[in-house]
Amino acid sequence: MNDMRLLERDVDAKDIKIAARKVQVYYADTHAIKDVDVDIEDKTVTAFIGPSGCGKSTFLRCLNRMNDTIDICRVEGDIRIDGEDIYDAKVDPVQLRAKVGMVFQKPNPFPKSIYDNIAYGPRIHGLARSKADLDDIVEKSLRRGAIWDEVKDRLHAPGTGLSGGQQQRLCIARAVATEPEVLLMDEPCSALDPIATSQVEELIDELRQEFSVVIVTHSMQQAARVSQKTAFFHLGNLVEYGETGQIFTTPQDPRTESYITGRIG
Amino acid sequence: MSDMSMDSAAPRRSSKSLHEVDARTRRRNAAETRFKACGIGAIAIGLFFLVVLVVAIFRSGLPAFTQTVLDVEFALTQEQYEDAESQLFKTKAYSQAFNGALKTQLDESGVTLPFDEASIERIAGKVGGTIREYFRANEDQLGQPTSFQLAASSRVDGYMTGRVTRDGFQDSRFLTLADLDLVDALEDAGIIRTQFNWNFITGADSGVDNPGGAGIGASVVGSFFMMLVVLFLSLPIGVAASIYLEEFAPRNRFTDLIEVNISNLAAVPSIVFGILGLAVFIQFMHLPQSAPVVGGLVLTLMTLPTIIISTRASLNAVPPSIRDAALGLGASRMQSVFHHVLPLAMPGILTGTIIGLAQALGETAPLLLIGMVGFVARGYPDSFIDGFVEPNSAMPAQIYTWAARADAAFYDKAWGGIIILLMFLLTMNIIAIILRRRFERRW
Amino acid sequence: MPLLWLILIVLAIAAAGYVLGRSRALASAGGDIRQLHSLPSYYGSNAALKAVVPALLLLVLWLIAQPLYINSVISGTLPDELISEGSSRGLLMAEVSRTAQGLDLAVSQGVIDEGVASDPAADFNAMTDRLKQAGAIVTSQITQPVLNAAQRYRSMSHTGTAIMSIAVIIIAVLGAFYGIRQSSAQFRARNVVEQGVRVLLVAAASIAVLTTVGIVLSLVFNTIEFFRLYPASEFFFGLSWAPSFSGRGGSSELGVLPLLWGTIYISIVALIVAVPVGLFAAIYLSEYAGSKVRAVAKPLLEVLAGIPTIVYGLFALLTVGPLLVSIFGDGGVLGVSWQGGGRAVITAGLVMGIMLIPFVSSLSDDIINAVPQAMRDGSYGLGATKSETIKQVVLPAALPGIVGAILLAASRAIGETMIVVLGAGAAARLSLNPFEAMTTVTAKIVSQLTGDSDFASPEALVAFALGMTLFVLTLGLNVFALYIVRKYREQYD
Repeated sequence: MNDMRLLERDVDAKDIKIAARKVQVYYADTHAIKDVDVDIEDKTVTAFIGPSGCGKSTFLRCLNRMNDTIDICRVEGDIRIDGEDIYDAKVDPVQLRAKVGMVFQKPNPFPKSIYDNIAYGPRIHGLARSKADLDDIVEKSLRRGAIWDEVKDRLHAPGTGLSGGQQQRLCIARAVATEPEVLLMDEPCSALDPIATSQVEELIDELRQEFSVVIVTHSMQQAARVSQKTAFFHLGNLVEYGETGQIFTTPQDPRTESYITGRIG
Repeated sequence: MSDMSMDSAAPRRSSKSLHEVDARTRRRNAAETRFKACGIGAIAIGLFFLVVLVVAIFRSGLPAFTQTVLDVEFALTQEQYEDAESQLFKTKAYSQAFNGALKTQLDESGVTLPFDEASIERIAGKVGGTIREYFRANEDQLGQPTSFQLAASSRVDGYMTGRVTRDGFQDSRFLTLADLDLVDALEDAGIIRTQFNWNFITGADSGVDNPGGAGIGASVVGSFFMMLVVLFLSLPIGVAASIYLEEFAPRNRFTDLIEVNISNLAAVPSIVFGILGLAVFIQFMHLPQSAPVVGGLVLTLMTLPTIIISTRASLNAVPPSIRDAALGLGASRMQSVFHHVLPLAMPGILTGTIIGLAQALGETAPLLLIGMVGFVARGYPDSFIDGFVEPNSAMPAQIYTWAARADAAFYDKAWGGIIILLMFLLTMNIIAIILRRRFERRW
Repeated sequence: MPLLWLILIVLAIAAAGYVLGRSRALASAGGDIRQLHSLPSYYGSNAALKAVVPALLLLVLWLIAQPLYINSVISGTLPDELISEGSSRGLLMAEVSRTAQGLDLAVSQGVIDEGVASDPAADFNAMTDRLKQAGAIVTSQITQPVLNAAQRYRSMSHTGTAIMSIAVIIIAVLGAFYGIRQSSAQFRARNVVEQGVRVLLVAAASIAVLTTVGIVLSLVFNTIEFFRLYPASEFFFGLSWAPSFSGRGGSSELGVLPLLWGTIYISIVALIVAVPVGLFAAIYLSEYAGSKVRAVAKPLLEVLAGIPTIVYGLFALLTVGPLLVSIFGDGGVLGVSWQGGGRAVITAGLVMGIMLIPFVSSLSDDIINAVPQAMRDGSYGLGATKSETIKQVVLPAALPGIVGAILLAASRAIGETMIVVLGAGAAARLSLNPFEAMTTVTAKIVSQLTGDSDFASPEALVAFALGMTLFVLTLGLNVFALYIVRKYREQYD
C-alpha cells in the first residue's frame, strides 16, 4: 500500500534551500557527525532516519545552530542557507533561528496562555505593528497549525492545559508564527499517541506548501508517509540520501537495506 | 556535488540576508549585553562584599595578635629592696628604681629625652607593682640583672599598630603627645617593640579596664565543650531520627507531623531557640546559667534539623538494591539498615554533621539569652566535668562581649577573635570537603 | 556531680546485664550458637536495654516532676502577706529557689557548713553576707520566711534526689535481672531487641515534635503571664516602647508596633539589596557562566553564607556604620548630614542584605535549574535571545519558586539577631528615615532578657510576647513559602 503512494510522489527537482558540506560535529572528544554532505530542497519534506545515536538529531540542530547552546559542542564544515554561510561570524544566531524554526520531540509550550505562546515569537521579532496585527498573526498561525477550531474559545487559557497532540500542534503553530523559511522537526510525534500523530503528519504535509521541512524520525513508516526525500544516518555518517521512494524500495547501500528490513537499529 | 549547485540555492523570498544584522537584532543584542552585564555586576558586587569583609577582618584583626612590650634590663640591690620595703608607698619606690634603670639604658643608647614617672605610667602602666611582686617571689635574684618584659598600655599598642595616630591627637590623662615622642625614642633605642601575642590565643578574658591582657583561649575551651555536647547528642539522635523517617516510618499523620516539624524548625530564628533554652533548661530545669552544657543542649536542638535533613539525603542516596540484597540473604530490616545502609551513608552523614557543627559553632544569639555573654571567663575549667557545668563563655559570645565594651582597644580583640573563629570554621569545612571528595560514591 | 554518677552506675548495670545475658543464653544452648534463636549479642543487648531504658526514663520524668512538686508544696506554705505590692507569688518563689541554690553553692565552697545551711534559726542577715561572699546571686536582702522556705526547699530536693537515685538503681537492676532471666535458647531476642531499637528510633524522631512543643509552651505560658501583668491591647497597638529601668513594672510602655516597624523596615532594606543582586547572580551563574566561572564564583558567594552572623554584626558596627557616616554623615563626602551615628536602619539593612545574597542566589539557582531545558530550547528555537528567554520564559516559569525563596529570605531577615543588635541601634522609633537608628523585635528580646530585671517582671516577660510575635510571623512566612516552593517543584517533577 505504501508502495502505491510512493509511486505517486511528486519528485520534481526544486530549489536547494540548505546546502551542507563536510560537516563535522564533536562533543568534547567524541566525533558525532562525520563528513556529512547534503542538499535540502525548498518546499519539500526531508526525513532524517537512522538508529538511535546515529547523529540525525545532532545534525538537525546544526541547521539552526541550536548546538551553540551546548558548551562542549563544536561544529566544523560549511552549511549554507540560500547560499549564505550560517556559521559565518557575521551571522547572528538569533536572526538565523527566526528564519529556521524548530519543533521539538516533547511538546514544550511555555507556561503562558495559548495566545501568548503564539505571540511570543512575533513579539520578540517585532512582526506585528499593532494589537490587531498580532491577533491576526495568532489566528493565522493557529489555523496553519490546524488547531484553531479547538482553541479559539480559550485563547487565554494556559497552553500547558492542552492534550499532548494539541500541545505539539500549538508548538508547530508557534514556530510557524515567526514566518520561518525552514522548519526543523525533531521527532515531533514520538511523544504522541497514534491519532495525534496522524493529525500532526497531515499538518506536516500541508506545511510543505510554504516551507522547507526537515523532520527527524525514528519511524520508517512515518518517513515514508510524510517525506519526499530521505537521508539515512548511521554512526555519524550520512549513508544514503535520495528520493524517499527510492530509499525504501531500492536502497543502494547494504546498511540502509539492513536498517529498513529491520536488521539494525 | 559541486559548488555550482550551491550557487543555485539562490535567495527565494524577499528575505533579509543572514549576513546583515538588522537594526532590531542589534537593539536586541544590546539589551542582551546589558542584561548579561547586570548578571556579571551582581556577581562582582557579591564578590566585592566578600573581599571587603575579608580585608576588614584581617586589617582590624591582625593587631590583636601582636602586643607591644618594653624590654628593660634592671638590677635591684639588696639595699634598694630593703629601702623600698620599708617605705610607705612601696610600689612607688620600685617605680623610681625602675625609672632610674630605664634612664641609664636610654642614655647608653644615646637618646636624651626628658621623661617623668607619670609618662612611664601612661606608657607601661604601674610597673612598680609588677617588679615588687617579682622580687618578693624571687629574693635570690636581688642584685642580679634581670630583664623585664612589660606590656605597654593599649593606647601605646594602638600607636604602634597604627590605630592611634598623631594627626588630630589630643592629650588626655591616658596619653600625651610628649609620650608619643618618648615611645618613638624608646623604639629607636630598641627598648619598646612589638611581638606575637601568645596570651591572646591561650589566655582568658580580662576585665573591662585591661584590653591588652584579654585572650580568647578560655572561650575556645567553652566552645569546645559545647561542641562536644552538640556532637554527642545531635549525631546519634539525628541519625536515629533519619533512619526512622527514611527506612521505617509508615505513611501516616504522625510521620507527616514530624516531617513538617523538622522542615519548620530548620527555619525558626535562632533566638527563639535561645528563648526555649532559657525557659526550659534554666527556668524550668534549673540547669546552671552560662554553662557550656546548656549552650550545647540549645545548639543541639537548633542543629538537629540540619543534621536530619542531610543525613536523610545520604541515606536516600544508598540505592535500594543494597537493602534488597541484605534482605534477600535473610537479614532483618534492622540488620540491613545497620549493617549495610548506614555504613555506606556514613561519609555523607559525617559531612553533614561537621557542617551542622560549624553552623552551631558560629551561632551567637541563643547564647546571649542563656547567659554566656556578660560572664567574664577569667580562667580555664578545673576538670573535664567542670568544663561542662562551670560557667564559661564561648567564642562568638566572647567576641560579642568585646564588641559591646566601651574601650575601642577591645574592638581589635573582637576582630582577632573573629579570625580565630573563622579559622576553626574553615578547618571544619575543609575536613567536610575532603571527606566528601574522598568518599563520594556515584551509584 | 551525682547525676553523672547515677547515669554511670546505670550504664555499668547494663554492661553487667549484657555480659550475663549473653553468657546465660550461650550456656542454655550448651555453648553451640546454632541452637540459639538469635545471635548471642542480642541476648546481651536485650538485658542491657531492659536495664537502661526504664531507668533513664524514670530519671528524666523524676527530674521534671520533682521541682514542680516541690515548688507547689513550698509555694503553698508561703503566707500571702509576704507578697509585696507589685510582686507575685512567682517572683517570691524565684527568690526562694535562688536562695536555695545560693545555699548549695555556699556549702560546696565551704563558706558555710551543712549544719548552718539547714539551721532554721540561722540569722538571715549573716546568711545574706555569706551567700554574697560565696558569689551567689542575691538580688535583695533575704527575709526570714524566704530563708526558711529556701531551707525547706533544699532539704526536700535533697531527699527527693536521694529517693530518685535509689529508685533508678533498683529499676535498672530489676530490668537487667528480668532480661537475664529471659535469656534462653528459645527466646526470640533479636525480635525483642529490634522492637526496642525501633522504639528508640521513634523517640529520636519525636524530638523534633517535642522541640516545637517546648518552644510553643515556653512562649505561650510566659506570654500569658505577661498579659496578666500588662494589657494585651496596649502591647499590640501601643505606639511607644519605653520600658522602665526599675525592673518592677509600673510606668513601662511596651508597644510592639515600633519594634515591628523597625524589623520590617530593616528587612525591606536588606531585601532591596539581596534580591536583585542574588537573583541576577543566580541567573548569571545558571544561564550564562561557563563551568569554570561557576566552579569558582558559586562557592565564593556561598562563603558569605557560611560566615557567622556575629561577624556581620561586627562588620556593621565597626566598618559599614562608620563608612556610611563618612558618606552621609556630617562633614561627609556628600556634604549632607543625614546620618547621625553609625547605627542605623541602612547600616543593618545593608549588611543583612549582604548576608542574604547567597541565600537568595542559591535558592533561586536551584529553582531556575528546575525549569526544564525543553522550555529554553523552545524559546531559542524561535529565535529568542538568552535574555529574552530568561525574562519571558524562564523567570515567569520559575516565579512561584522565586517568590518562595524571597519569602524565606524575608523570614531570615526578620529573625536575624546579631546584625541588628550590633548595627541597628537601641532606640525604638516610628520613622521613615533610613539613616536613623531603630530597633527590632529580636534586638529587644535580647536586651530585655539580658538586663537586670527579674524574670517575673513585665519588662522581662515582654520578651516572650515578642518571641511569640516573632515565632508566629516567621512560622507563617516559612509555611507559606515552603508550600509555594513545594507546589512549584511538583509542577516539574
